[in-house]
Amino acid sequence: MKRAARYLIFYSVLFGLWTLLAELKIWPPYLFPTPWGVGQALYAGFQDHSYWIAIRVSMQRVVVGYAISVVLGMILGLGVASNKFLEETMGGLLVSLQSLPSICWWPLALLWFGLSQNAILFVVVMGSLLSVTLAMEDGRKQMPKIFGQAGRNLGAKGFKLFWYVLLPASLPFIVSGLKQGWAFAWRSLITAEMLYLSLGLGQVLMMGRDLNDMSAVIAVMILIIALGYIIDGIVFKGMERHLHNKWGLTPAN
Amino acid sequence: MSTNAQNLPRQFPIPVDPALPAHSGTPGTRIGPVSIRRPGYAVSPNASKVGLSDICLSYRTQSGERLLALDNINLQVRAGEFVCIVGPSGCGKSTLLHLIAGLHPQTSGQILVDGNPIQGPGTDRIMIFQEHALFPWLTVGQNVEFGMKMKGIPKAERQEKTRYYLRLVHLAKFEKSYIHQLSGGMRQRVAIARALATEPDVLLMDEPFAALDAQTRDLLHDELERIWSETGRTIIFVTHNVREAIRLGDRVVLLTFRPGRVKSEFPVELPRPRHLEDPTVARAARGNS
Repeated sequence: MKRAARYLIFYSVLFGLWTLLAELKIWPPYLFPTPWGVGQALYAGFQDHSYWIAIRVSMQRVVVGYAISVVLGMILGLGVASNKFLEETMGGLLVSLQSLPSICWWPLALLWFGLSQNAILFVVVMGSLLSVTLAMEDGRKQMPKIFGQAGRNLGAKGFKLFWYVLLPASLPFIVSGLKQGWAFAWRSLITAEMLYLSLGLGQVLMMGRDLNDMSAVIAVMILIIALGYIIDGIVFKGMERHLHNKWGLTPAN
Repeated sequence: MSTNAQNLPRQFPIPVDPALPAHSGTPGTRIGPVSIRRPGYAVSPNASKVGLSDICLSYRTQSGERLLALDNINLQVRAGEFVCIVGPSGCGKSTLLHLIAGLHPQTSGQILVDGNPIQGPGTDRIMIFQEHALFPWLTVGQNVEFGMKMKGIPKAERQEKTRYYLRLVHLAKFEKSYIHQLSGGMRQRVAIARALATEPDVLLMDEPFAALDAQTRDLLHDELERIWSETGRTIIFVTHNVREAIRLGDRVVLLTFRPGRVKSEFPVELPRPRHLEDPTVARAARGNS
């Protein structure tokens, strides 16, 4: 109740200020729209289905791209964590590559894949792959060794050891990395979509600019934030809660 | 359970807990899924279950020098025997158990089980760790089931055995609980059930009760002795506590500190069941350590 009241106060003040600034007409409405105008743009976008289509296209891409980087990242991360040679060589390379903004892969992707869906997917994968890899490597190292010993002792080996012991044992340690990977995937996707006629949310956002329609620009920005927030709240918060219930308060126990 | 243990006649075999359910099958031949391979605790006199010959283990420290952790360990453990290995912290007694479990290779020497050299880990030798070795992402029941699942035992059989072994350690009600919801003593009972469920010949226990309070530890001593007498497993039990070793073991092996060598060994001939606070146990501990 108190929490709800706090939210209510915060957002009322925020919207109040916004409305006030817009109504003072310091800037022309096509540069500084009212909340009302943004609401109308949102309504119109959903009404003519263009937002629905954009959401579907973008979500499909990000889910496929993220899934690829999770699978690849787990294999890479495990490899790096379990091999001293790889750790010393590739480990450093991975960390330095992470400082490269994912959109820097765009020119390379264009040359390799042409102006296509695959070029966008490539950028998404490159955006999130490294954080998943580093998280997996770190999780594998932080995971108490005793789980692996107990698993081998009870007859688990090879893939079974990985699937039934090492992966679930390291999950609490990699969940934050998976979450970060998701955020990077989402950002990379929107960026890549803005550079290419792609039907996705990024393109709808750019369309607002092309039409000089600031209300639409802000409407799509709100949409992008909301989608990221919802996925985080449903998928990752749910996963964290699930782990918390199973493991108790501290993962180390 | 404690009252139950105190009312027991001071003789072996300890009667099977009447609370344990009768299991389908020919009466007298099997209790539950566990074959009773020996009555009471009579140890077959000659059969060597686990044989260690000339075991050495050395490793390189960070600074590059070679450190001898275990030096020329020779030990024969008979089938059904309860052997306690005692030594100060850092003498390599836990490491020795890891070697027997096949989790780590020895530098030289041979480990035989039933006369055959071991090839890495095997479910004929199951380890019970000091603590935190249960899988927190699984329920109690799934933990007990784990070894059987790895072996590919069908689900119905797994569940039946899981329930049986959970009843054996008096935790039937906790099948669906998660590990963090249990107390330390309960966790070690789950660990015992999980180890027994793969039906190993040899239980390797690595200071399993060291982290427990005295009262819980006493209870678990009684339970372990009962389970040992009912299931006929061979037990190699590592502890730093001489009294605990004398309380539990048929034989006690003392290791020296760095490098770990067998300093001496002696049989414990006190009648069972024993109690940690018995003056006889205390006297034996003083006399031999």
